[in-house]
Amino acid sequence: MFGAGGGTSSYQEAEETDLIILWGSNARETHPIFFHHLLRGVRGGAKLIAVDPRRTSSAEWADIWLGIDVGSDIALANAMAREIIHAGLAHTEFISRATTGYEEFARCVEAYTLERAEAETGVPAAAIKEVALAYARAEKGMICWTLGITEHHNATDNVLALINLGLLTGKVGRYGSGLNPLRGQNNVQGGGDMGAIPARLPGFQDLEDPEIHDKFARAWGGATFPGRKGWHLSEMFEAMDRGDLSSLYIVGENPARSEADQGRAVRLLSGLDHLVVQDIFLTHTAQMAHVVLPAAAGWAESEGTVTNSERRVQRVRRALEPPAGARDDIDIICELARRLGSDWGHPTAEQVWDECRSLSPMHAGMAYRRLEELGGIQWPCPDESHRGTQFLHARLWKHPVEGPRAPFHAVEHDPPVDRLSEEFPIRLTTGRRLDSFNTGVQTNEYTSPLRKGEALLISPEDGQRIGVEDGECVRVSSRRGSVDVNVRIEPTLRPGLAFMTLHFPDQVSTNILTIDATDPKSGTAEFKASAIRIDKIPAQVPAS
Amino acid sequence: MDIRTTGGPATAEEMAAVDGLLGEPESLWEGGERRASDDHLAYGGRATRSRRHLLLPVLHAIQDRSGWVSRGALEYACRRLSIPPAEAYGVVSFYARFGLQPRGALSLHVCDDIACKCSGAEELCAALENAHGPSGVVWHRSPCLGLCDRAPAALVERAGMQHKDRQIAPFTLAQAESILGGGAWPEPATYSMPRQAQPKLLRRIGAVDPESLESYRLHGGFTALGRAEVIGSDAVIREITESRLLGRGGAAFPTGRKWESVAKAAARPHYLVCNADESEPGTFKDRVLMENDPFAIVEGMAIAALATGCEKGFLYVRTEYPLARRRIENAIAQARAQGILKLEIEVRRGAGAYICGEETALFNSIEGKRGEPRNKPPFPVDVGLFGKPTLVNNVETLLNVVDIVVEGGASFAATGTKDSTGTRLFCASGHVTRPGIYEVAMGTPLRALLDTAGARKVQAVLLGGAAGSFLTPDQIDVPLSFEGTRAIGATLGSGAVLVFDDTADMKQVLLRIARFFRDESCGQCVPCRVGTKRQEEILERMLGGRDGDGRSDVLLLSDIAQAMRDASICGLGQTAANAIASGLTQLKVLNV
Amino acid sequence: MSEAVFVGLPRRLVKLTIDGREFEVAEGSTILDACRRMQIDTPTLCQLDNLTPVNVCRVCVVEVEGSRVLVPACSRKVEAGMKVQTDSDRVRHSRRLVLELLASSVDMSLCSPQVHAWMGRYGATPSRFGDQVATAAQPVKIDNDLYVRDYSRCILCYKCVEACGVDAQNTFAIGVVGRGFDAHISTEFDTPLPDSACVYCGNCIGVCPTGALMFKSEHEMRAAGTWDESRQKVTETVCPYCGVGCMLELHVQDNSIVKVTSPLDHSVTSGHLCVKGRFGFEFVQRREAKR
Repeated sequence: MFGAGGGTSSYQEAEETDLIILWGSNARETHPIFFHHLLRGVRGGAKLIAVDPRRTSSAEWADIWLGIDVGSDIALANAMAREIIHAGLAHTEFISRATTGYEEFARCVEAYTLERAEAETGVPAAAIKEVALAYARAEKGMICWTLGITEHHNATDNVLALINLGLLTGKVGRYGSGLNPLRGQNNVQGGGDMGAIPARLPGFQDLEDPEIHDKFARAWGGATFPGRKGWHLSEMFEAMDRGDLSSLYIVGENPARSEADQGRAVRLLSGLDHLVVQDIFLTHTAQMAHVVLPAAAGWAESEGTVTNSERRVQRVRRALEPPAGARDDIDIICELARRLGSDWGHPTAEQVWDECRSLSPMHAGMAYRRLEELGGIQWPCPDESHRGTQFLHARLWKHPVEGPRAPFHAVEHDPPVDRLSEEFPIRLTTGRRLDSFNTGVQTNEYTSPLRKGEALLISPEDGQRIGVEDGECVRVSSRRGSVDVNVRIEPTLRPGLAFMTLHFPDQVSTNILTIDATDPKSGTAEFKASAIRIDKIPAQVPAS
Repeated sequence: MDIRTTGGPATAEEMAAVDGLLGEPESLWEGGERRASDDHLAYGGRATRSRRHLLLPVLHAIQDRSGWVSRGALEYACRRLSIPPAEAYGVVSFYARFGLQPRGALSLHVCDDIACKCSGAEELCAALENAHGPSGVVWHRSPCLGLCDRAPAALVERAGMQHKDRQIAPFTLAQAESILGGGAWPEPATYSMPRQAQPKLLRRIGAVDPESLESYRLHGGFTALGRAEVIGSDAVIREITESRLLGRGGAAFPTGRKWESVAKAAARPHYLVCNADESEPGTFKDRVLMENDPFAIVEGMAIAALATGCEKGFLYVRTEYPLARRRIENAIAQARAQGILKLEIEVRRGAGAYICGEETALFNSIEGKRGEPRNKPPFPVDVGLFGKPTLVNNVETLLNVVDIVVEGGASFAATGTKDSTGTRLFCASGHVTRPGIYEVAMGTPLRALLDTAGARKVQAVLLGGAAGSFLTPDQIDVPLSFEGTRAIGATLGSGAVLVFDDTADMKQVLLRIARFFRDESCGQCVPCRVGTKRQEEILERMLGGRDGDGRSDVLLLSDIAQAMRDASICGLGQTAANAIASGLTQLKVLNV
Repeated sequence: MSEAVFVGLPRRLVKLTIDGREFEVAEGSTILDACRRMQIDTPTLCQLDNLTPVNVCRVCVVEVEGSRVLVPACSRKVEAGMKVQTDSDRVRHSRRLVLELLASSVDMSLCSPQVHAWMGRYGATPSRFGDQVATAAQPVKIDNDLYVRDYSRCILCYKCVEACGVDAQNTFAIGVVGRGFDAHISTEFDTPLPDSACVYCGNCIGVCPTGALMFKSEHEMRAAGTWDESRQKVTETVCPYCGVGCMLELHVQDNSIVKVTSPLDHSVTSGHLCVKGRFGFEFVQRREAKR
């Protein structure tokens, strides 16, 4: 955020804040241990507001649940901003000193009246106003979000709309106030930290900055590497489609199952000249590969670090011998480099990390020894006397502000691409369940008493309208394809809203339904909003 | 709160019972039908969770309507109040009066406790057992019902739209048969006070109409409250402090000091709790006071709240006292309606748990939790009901307060002894010819009280109830004061004076006491939970003459007693061995 | 970016005397904290650093001058000038009785060696109440694939209820039910776990001191005689699932994960996990079988 992608607050602050807006996040099930921290805050008196189309188990803890229509987040955020401004609750001192772009932003949100927001979100105007004022008036307030914000075609705008609220009320850069994306996977944050994003080198350093580029080139013995940003995942698929990308090396990802519009993803992957997959499993993607490199499991069979949602860099350690033939990621990469003609030796994880620390200032102080002693360290940690940074952007409160000011971004509401119509009248949204994870590659290996398999969750009213009962099989169709799935009647869903997960692709390929309309900046697809039709499957005549 | 309920729906009747108390649910999310407004908005969270304290009243509403608490009904209550079902189940199962199995609408509770045993309760129970099977289905054995002056006693209850409950004493087998056969219930007897010299606290009993505020006024009612309003908080507390009044609930803590602490406590709000959960076997004074002089208790509460800055009051009365409850509720309603009582007072019903007489257990019970005592410190004056500064006073204490405010602390202190001022109420029962409540000046010898009550051929006196101790005939000259009883290792306790003549089977009395504590232990701490069980087991085998070696069993009992006394969380465990120990060592009940 | 670490307000020191020795500890510490700082081994059963003290087992009681009864060291805060005795006859007596009463009613054989050492130190002889006494003996509850509940081992320390409830998980699938000697831990209406609110976080197992709650795999290995803690190695790592970053302790025997716990003092978890972190490790050791 404002330069480096990471949650600004620490978990501990959730325990001591006054108000938390959980926006597009069912943390109770998807981030259960963060939710423990949040509940400590709630028990201590913090107000909890949940913004989610579904009344999730997280929302059941909330003082106020705003059940917005899928994809109307910006309309809600902008209307909240307008209410805050009109109530005179904008933090003008902070805005004028520490931000840019306020005037344009204020002009933009002026069009988002409560009436309009009510029409777009479905949430009564009075409740929108109440939440806006509560957030603005809270001494300390946090907004936390997850994929409900980012799995949209306008994901980046969604995030910016939430950041705007933080800037408008001065709720960032202070203890107990912050803006926090809760990371969906154990090292999403670390991947970003390490430069696994198209325009960044480790430590969120700008690849296209010649000085930075030079620094790395020098450290790597004068190696040459591109000085322009590469592709993110969706762009790679587009490149495959165009024929510009013909060879792919995938490490620990299962796009043949996890991509939206699965049919297209599989088609493109199978059209590649050369596909290398490095994974701990023979995933569906690996089965399509020309070369499979069996890997050791990062979290239990090798040494290294990961970074969590509060920017805490933590050690992972080898507890198990990997299966015969499976090798550590570092070994594989170094061996690959050797075969390609560059001998990187046999570095240990710690040696690789020390090299990273020497090039990434925000990791500089994080020696293994110190990570051990301190139970992980939150970046930035510039030197070995530094204990890490509990929350980011305190600089915005310095007089004068240290570093660049934080920009407002005027963003406009833009409804989901997959429009509802007479033919596809029901909004399907997707998400996770507590006991499962992503495409189930890992979680389907343990027996969970909670697991009931994939189902289409619909409201009792829709069930009645379609004429199906709990457990009955239906055909679900979107503009891209159809799947057959059992219905589960879920009273917490409202009419017109349906829910599925991606956990059981072998049973139900939910991603046949989802749309690959993609956010141009982040490359994330709009998994959260598909338009579907549900048809009762006529009773089958038994084959004679 | 994300609550999961899997027990199926409540019946319409059960839902009506709950809604009758809480009002109709406002949304689907609170257990109602879906309405359009539920699709995009819900309120709840802390607002709903903060109604947790209504759990016991809701459970009573269900039980009053259905006779028991079904799973569906409990889960509906859980939805309405945002309480996890497992926790609510823990609460229901804690209180003896809530049924978790289907039962008929009619239930009959027959007291088989010590005082009633002296009046043939065991024979009555045996006959019922013969005719209607063991206790627990049609009829139920009950611990002391607080009707010891008219023993044997029973409580009868009928669930339904018109819930009814009534205490009956003396209770006969013929009445039992008639009631169980669907016959009419005997009308409650009017209280007749045993003759005694110049009662003070009891002066209005029998004279005042307990249902009429006007009548109370004619007897000087509410002049104390008027004076308190004039002289103000500090002056009231000064008078109470000068009176050197010690709490009458059993712990004998200086009332003035307690009041001062609450008045000075910074946290807000302050709560006032009148402890009317009188459940100590052999004790019935609070019932008599509430039934016959309820306005005075309300006045005492109003004064206490005024002096200590309490914003809200609760009166917690055991559910076995239906008449007392109604009279108090009526008194509060009248006083509120006439604008005399500004304090909001809620009457809360216990549900069959002796432990809830312990002040912190009582708080938990009001809060809708299991009646488990809390560790002290912190003390209620700092962290009490709902975690706020709380003044807890016993019924009799508050009655004294009314007089002190009128006559002044110094004048009050002129009665009694130097360390035990004023008069004290004693509940004489058992083998006495004139059972009832007696008011005597502190320091009066026990013998005088026994003579007035008509005790003869005394074998033993249990002073202070089950938590007190036995006195031998040669100890009955003890002066009835805090310091006087302390000197011989006894206690005034609740004011219970249970008299046993030479016909009493003291072994059975000891066993009944052991069973009482085993039944009533909340189960929280190890010394009391297992200790009371082992105490009963060992006593049983000693009485049964098994295992021969009585001396080593006495040693074992004394080891358990010491650990219970030293290491239990609350007064129940700390005193659970007293009576038995004194029975064995002083009375030599087992000749070991 | 600038550094900002909130370390809390400095705490004053309080001077007290324990077993005749003067000692200073931070205000707000418990007597137990002070005892531990002074290396005085104090028995505890219901206390755990990541849970609110419930002071129900009473095995940590100490004698405090001026107090009529013994006080629980685990919850009683230190006060200036307090005089504490941790090894007086009264203290030893109560500790002995608590251990005896418990062990006479439940099976404590799987308690830690430390608990057995305390039994020895205080001369606890549970058999002295006789052999006809009531116990908590009952069949093991096995109603799901992840963990078993053997309440004949339950000392009713409330830890599992706290971990399932306000201190961590806030699911409240279990509570204390009944009262007195009949009090026990149960789901609502004693329904099997799969019909209860349980979400299988296993945080109850994580805090259970007696082996009443156990991974099913451990239960089975014990039954088969293959459970061997002396051959187990514990390695700390980070959970492979969501981005919260929970610290795991993998207990590995014969290159197999046999149990997962989390360090009580880690700032992310405070020792608590979710179902995936606690039980979702199977995949990593099923790869060879699959291939």
